[in-house]
Amino acid sequence: MTIFKAQLKQDKIAFSIWTLSIVSLIAMCIFMYPSMQSQMDSVSEMFASMGAFSSAFGMDKLNFGTMLGFYAVECGNILGLGGCFYSCLYSINMLSKEEKEKTAEFLLSHPVKRSTVYLQKLLAIFFEITMLNLLVYVCSFICIKAIGETMDINSFNLIHLAYYLMQVELMGLCYFISSTNNKNNAGLGLGIGLLMYILNIMANISDKLEMVKYISPFGYCEASDILVNGSLDFAKILIALIIFSLSLAAGYFIYNKKDIK
Amino acid sequence: MSVIEIKNLCKYYGKSRGIIDVNLKVEEKDFFGFIGANGAGKSTTIRILLGLIKQTSGSATIFSKNIGSFQQEILTDIGYLPSEAVFYPNMKAKDVIKFSSDLRKKDCSDFSRILVERLKLDVNKKVEELSFGNRKKLAIITALQSKPKLLILDEPTSGLDPLIQHEFFDILSEMNKAGTTIFMSSHILSEIQHHCNKAAIIYQGKIVACDSVERLAKGNSKRVTVTGNVDINRLQNVKDVKIEGNSISFLYQGNINNMIKQLADFDIADINISEPDFEEIFMHYYMGGKENDNI
Repeated sequence: MTIFKAQLKQDKIAFSIWTLSIVSLIAMCIFMYPSMQSQMDSVSEMFASMGAFSSAFGMDKLNFGTMLGFYAVECGNILGLGGCFYSCLYSINMLSKEEKEKTAEFLLSHPVKRSTVYLQKLLAIFFEITMLNLLVYVCSFICIKAIGETMDINSFNLIHLAYYLMQVELMGLCYFISSTNNKNNAGLGLGIGLLMYILNIMANISDKLEMVKYISPFGYCEASDILVNGSLDFAKILIALIIFSLSLAAGYFIYNKKDIK
Repeated sequence: MSVIEIKNLCKYYGKSRGIIDVNLKVEEKDFFGFIGANGAGKSTTIRILLGLIKQTSGSATIFSKNIGSFQQEILTDIGYLPSEAVFYPNMKAKDVIKFSSDLRKKDCSDFSRILVERLKLDVNKKVEELSFGNRKKLAIITALQSKPKLLILDEPTSGLDPLIQHEFFDILSEMNKAGTTIFMSSHILSEIQHHCNKAAIIYQGKIVACDSVERLAKGNSKRVTVTGNVDINRLQNVKDVKIEGNSISFLYQGNINNMIKQLADFDIADINISEPDFEEIFMHYYMGGKENDNI
């Protein structure tokens, strides 16, 4: 696990900053909730009457007056976007950066198989995403308890599970892209994350674009659907699993065959 | 026993030429020089041997194992020094050395400590704080510390000061005597001439000469430098004439007694007859000479 450990060591500062930022923003929102709670009924009514804007962010179906409704919209967006960008940004450069900066030559001239490099680096980014989500989960839970609020723990778990799966799916897709080239793909990674987010907003606004929800991983992260149904959309998760598996399998094949620049 | 055996190795990058029909044999304990200008195909050959890129056609074995099929086993016994010494910028030099030995699953601490002392490297500095020369020293340490059976060095001395270069070649010489086979690419001919026992010259992707350094350097020609009143037009079998003031230098091919008889007709103050230097041989091949067409 030498490569895995080295990768975690390299990423520790970026990982700490991202995690701390997401946790701090979510904690700030949670601690603001009690002071806003008295006005939440009117806020919910206002959002419910804002038409397409409310639909875009799923606020037409959520009750801001409850902790979970508030958490799902405010904190969900922070974790959703923050986690998505972290996942895309770091997995899309995980392999290509080594080639671009020519450290791949150093690494692969040692007696290590390319498959080992591929899998250990994948494991490293997967571990980071898992740790980020676990820390956010635990800190959010503690913050909610600290302000004396109660919530349905099953729904809370499902919301976090959905965001975690979304980040893991995007990690698979971006890791595949990373295995195919030797460029700095940061812009592309952020673009993919943002595009998926926007596609889901568009699908929320227009019924004609409902199918887009099956493409964008944000489609199964819709807190309003999760809270109403009490479960994740299995069909969308299955599609995500297929995209994830195909991406990683294709990336594995390409990375083992390609010329290292 | 052949440590490296390359047969008809070709590499094309799309339509661009990499190397064409390269054939080479490097025997055990050889200090083999691989000479060529920039872009001649030296690094392409090395990168194929290391499994970093795949050949278009042909084959190669290292320690009698096919490259590509047994890459991990092959690399266990290879130390590689790339032409560009690039590492993870946030790592300290000592962490890079440790990382490299961990990747080899080998405790190399004793020899790496000796190398650090001999090459005078501050291992507590981060890679990003190291100068180009010091990064090269770090690359040397990571390549040599495991005492591999085969060292592949790609233009190893670029960036090293003369003192460190001297120390580096002393280390290589000691390792070579202890049994390490060395395959060194370079375009610095004096390095090859002074340290290698065999050499190959690669030009535009093709091997144009491959022999012992001694035989490559020893053609039929002599470099003759004469000071005095000499009419060069009356001399036969001379080429590459250089005139500097009262001194004439030329390559003579043929019986040296005949040349001395010809020169006896002139008023000569001084004469020097020597082997042509390695650079002249290299230039000969680079000007289109063939292996059997000695200068």
